[in-house]
Amino acid sequence: MVTTLTDARRARRIAEQVPDPELPMLTLADLGVLRDVTLAADGTVVAELTPTYSGCPAMAEMRAGVAARLAQAGYEHVEVRTVLDPPWSTDWITAEGRRKLAEHGIAPPGPAPRPSAGPVPLVLSTTRRAVPCPRCGATDTEETSRFGATSCKALWRCRACREPFEYVKEI
Amino acid sequence: MSDDHVYMSLAEGHDDGDARWAFGTGFEDPLHGISTAVPDAVDRGELAATCLELADDALVTAQRLAEWTTRAPELEEEVALANIGLDFLGQARLLYARCGQVDGSQRGEDAYAYFRDADDFRSVRLAELPNGDFAFSMARLLVFAAWRLAHFEQLATHADPVLAAIAAKGVKEMTYHRQYAAEWVVRLGDGTDKSHRRMQAGLDQVTAHLGELFAAHDARTAVLAVLRQVTEAAGLTLPDVPPTPVGHGREGDHTAHLAPLLAELQSVARAHPEATW
Ligand SMILES: [Zn+2]
Repeated sequence: MVTTLTDARRARRIAEQVPDPELPMLTLADLGVLRDVTLAADGTVVAELTPTYSGCPAMAEMRAGVAARLAQAGYEHVEVRTVLDPPWSTDWITAEGRRKLAEHGIAPPGPAPRPSAGPVPLVLSTTRRAVPCPRCGATDTEETSRFGATSCKALWRCRACREPFEYVKEI
Repeated sequence: MSDDHVYMSLAEGHDDGDARWAFGTGFEDPLHGISTAVPDAVDRGELAATCLELADDALVTAQRLAEWTTRAPELEEEVALANIGLDFLGQARLLYARCGQVDGSQRGEDAYAYFRDADDFRSVRLAELPNGDFAFSMARLLVFAAWRLAHFEQLATHADPVLAAIAAKGVKEMTYHRQYAAEWVVRLGDGTDKSHRRMQAGLDQVTAHLGELFAAHDARTAVLAVLRQVTEAAGLTLPDVPPTPVGHGREGDHTAHLAPLLAELQSVARAHPEATW
């Protein structure tokens, strides 16, 4: 079944290259939302996607993008499935994805908070980490808004170079 | 096939091509591809009721949050509130879809959101109250997010894998929303005399509804711990929680505010009942 394996790998590579609609410098693989690509016995390509946030409006576009790219590459039967478990984490953004974010002036996320034993603690702002400016590297930065143009980003500004920047917040 | 253009990709994914573009993308099922099976150990009626209650809370909350758009004190807050509303809406969609799979009706999310009247909604009354002062809205979001977070933490180990997954995802979102609201409550409570006075008034108004929340899901310990932490940091006084609920939204007993909210939310869908979104 060498041909099947090769085919599954090819399909995976194609799906991996689909750009994210909201962070187009990243592929779906960079973002960590493409969970799996397999080839069913009947030849159907099954791609699994997970939403970043429950309200992510880009989910339909991601699915359409994956289906379209695979169809274009000659796969007649494509099934794009949603997976919810485990929930997406910014820890799944690849090293390559983080590099691309920084290159585009978007501060990549730090490590996601670890699940706690017992109730999730409420952390008020004074104890939050400093986000280094993706432009000049200074750590003298401040949050201007917890939410940016998309759910996954916050707005920050750098007091050193005085430029605003976006920051992918840990989740 | 022109996948560089999202519009083309979406239109091609729809049986009617682009003729019904305005009515949606053809990817209407938010649980598409997820197993619809219900484990034998799960009581379908209870599961459906839980999904419906949580979905109705989320839909009504999302609508109130969306109403802040163009009305919030600053553009940044508008963006934040709209984003928070979107997360609630996303949760509502997933929960309605699951409800339709398990309650035997096979209804889609639209049937629940657009084609039920106020009496059929199981949301708590606190969710439907008008936005009022920004301080009231922040107090409500804090209480609501803290209460929902505690419920989701418990549901993340539910025997139904779909509800458990929705809840586990919701835990992360509610953590963010609770923090956003908590910081506003501290900022306003610890701000000027005027902001302090209005924040206290908003908090008093919201805590009057805690009885109903705790009757629906008893997260008293978790919610009160958060409220104590926040009011202490904000220099606010945490009022006593009234022992009896002010009403029973979970039984369809709503204030006069829900019907007009739904009328607006449902008007387009009801004018075009055959549309898909
Ligand atoms: Zn800088």
